[in-house]
Amino acid sequence: MNAVAKPREDRAAVIETRRLGKVYSEGSEAEVVALRDVDLRIGRGEFVAIMGPSGSGKSTLMNLLGCLDTPSSGTYLCDGVDVATLDAEARAELRLEKIGFVFQGFNLLPRMSALENVAMPMGYANVNREERMRRAHEALAAVGLGNREAHRPSEMSGGQQQRVAIARAMINQPPILLADEPTGALDSKTGEEILALFKRLQQDGHTVVLITHDPDVAQHCDRIFSMRDGRLSEEARA
Amino acid sequence: MNPMEVLHTAFYALRGNWMRSALTSLGVIIGIAAVIVMVSVGQGTQAEIDKLVSGLGSNRLDISPGSGRGFGGIRIAGANNFTLKQDDADAIRAEIPEVQYVASSLRGNSQVVYAENNWSTSWQGVQPDWFDINGWVLASGDGFDARAYSGAAKSVILGETVRRELFGDDDPLGQTVRIGRVPFTVVGTLKPKGQGGFGQDQDDVMVVPLETARRRLMGAMGLPPGAVMQIALGVANANDLDYVQGEVEGLLRQRHKLQPGAEDDFNVRNIAEIIATRTATTNLMSKLLGAVATICLVIGGIGIMNIMLVSVTERIREIGLRMAVGAGPRDVRRQFLAEAMLISMIGGVIGIAIGIVGALLVGKFSDLPVQVNANVVGLAATFSIATGLFFGYYPARKASLLDPIEALRQQ
Repeated sequence: MNAVAKPREDRAAVIETRRLGKVYSEGSEAEVVALRDVDLRIGRGEFVAIMGPSGSGKSTLMNLLGCLDTPSSGTYLCDGVDVATLDAEARAELRLEKIGFVFQGFNLLPRMSALENVAMPMGYANVNREERMRRAHEALAAVGLGNREAHRPSEMSGGQQQRVAIARAMINQPPILLADEPTGALDSKTGEEILALFKRLQQDGHTVVLITHDPDVAQHCDRIFSMRDGRLSEEARA
Repeated sequence: MNPMEVLHTAFYALRGNWMRSALTSLGVIIGIAAVIVMVSVGQGTQAEIDKLVSGLGSNRLDISPGSGRGFGGIRIAGANNFTLKQDDADAIRAEIPEVQYVASSLRGNSQVVYAENNWSTSWQGVQPDWFDINGWVLASGDGFDARAYSGAAKSVILGETVRRELFGDDDPLGQTVRIGRVPFTVVGTLKPKGQGGFGQDQDDVMVVPLETARRRLMGAMGLPPGAVMQIALGVANANDLDYVQGEVEGLLRQRHKLQPGAEDDFNVRNIAEIIATRTATTNLMSKLLGAVATICLVIGGIGIMNIMLVSVTERIREIGLRMAVGAGPRDVRRQFLAEAMLISMIGGVIGIAIGIVGALLVGKFSDLPVQVNANVVGLAATFSIATGLFFGYYPARKASLLDPIEALRQQ
């Protein structure tokens, strides 16, 4: 139904998991199997939703896909890099290059202006200050907030804050954008605007993975996966 | 992140809580100020002792007339009762072999005139060993020969200050100056020594042979025959000083026929003792300030650690977010270390300023010698940075070990 939904196997996978599993407190009585044998393949430029009720394991999957955590079993290739072999320092570097995060609660630093918030991740990429400010300036303009650079997060609406957060996520030009309930704290009209922004990013070649429990939000995506009891399955689109 | 960026970020983080940061650095401020005062007093004293030693030599004893044990009792003006005689000096030379140099001397003040220049200064009437004991070296001229001493020649050697005041750029050698009413021939000048251990100008002096002084310059003062005002002794080996002092005291008591129990009618001054006393006073002072500095720096450091731990807890979400966008454990550790270091560095800078002012005030309002120099500042800066690094490490490490998932979940 969508021009972008080409045969998937043709594209280079930017996210690929094989029999990915995650177990918390392994071996103890409190053992929780959060993820079982998840096989997931997402090509470059796809817009994908992962749905599921709370406790289904979708947060665990998001943490693994975001290289914030390491799997208990199976492999995850993040843009071709096997994450299991990396230590905390190397995973940080991978996140810096490959992944942009968008959170439900925006997570902007309250004492910094919008511009500084957007520029912040580039500091860890050793981009010099002038270049950083220039690119942050462009990124803010691209999300339609060119006139809000000096504003603090507390001086902006939820939708504006989320757009700052998206600009921040994209500032290092990562191939993967991970959004965890990005519209959860917004009214439906603002939510639509944010989703439209994601679509635009997708058209620019970014891969967007959206985690949500809201079916209406998921409908904007090309493919929808659903998590239940740690297992992932792709839903057929109507 | 490059170091400047890290500092920049740290600065903004601290500015957000500037009152708290300022209070936290208070301990470091006091500690560093104490370090500065301590080291300045220590160095001042050392410099004073060095001057004393270089000016007077440490292996020496000075014998002067009168009782030196007058503390609390009646003090007799030593120079006015002439109990020391030239014979005493000769006896010491003859009977105490450990004594290398003996020089008795007379001294006084006089007006000295050359052409239209005149200068009021002090003179010393000396024996040959006086130059060695006091470490005086001739800058020009031949000085006194043996006949000058025995024949009470009217020859004079000028200290640098006197030479400058009388002759300026002219050559003084062979010229005639008048001391009081008596004409003297200038036969030498002394190499300058500069300021003495007690702040006096050591070069403001003239030297004449002892007998010349006795006959030509002491005349009106009614000196008893053979009396001298001071006998200076040089001892070859510093370890013999105490022994020689005992021997000298015994010999002089015997020669002066003092009954057991009677007070000495002379006073032996041991430079080494004076130095030891001064050093001890300063050491005590230094230790006290050192203790204050250590306690302040430790308390200041603990304050920094405390505030940094609070800061890490408060900013868990920020840390989680920074980690999510790509900050590694190393970046996080550096950031918090930089903040701790910045607090202590700012404290250090303020402490250095207060310390320097404090040291100068101590120098002005107490009799402790004070010397402030760049080394002290460097030392204090090092101490302040070290405090920040040492006490900031644990909180910084704690922050760097946070799990980003847990950190992001925190409220």
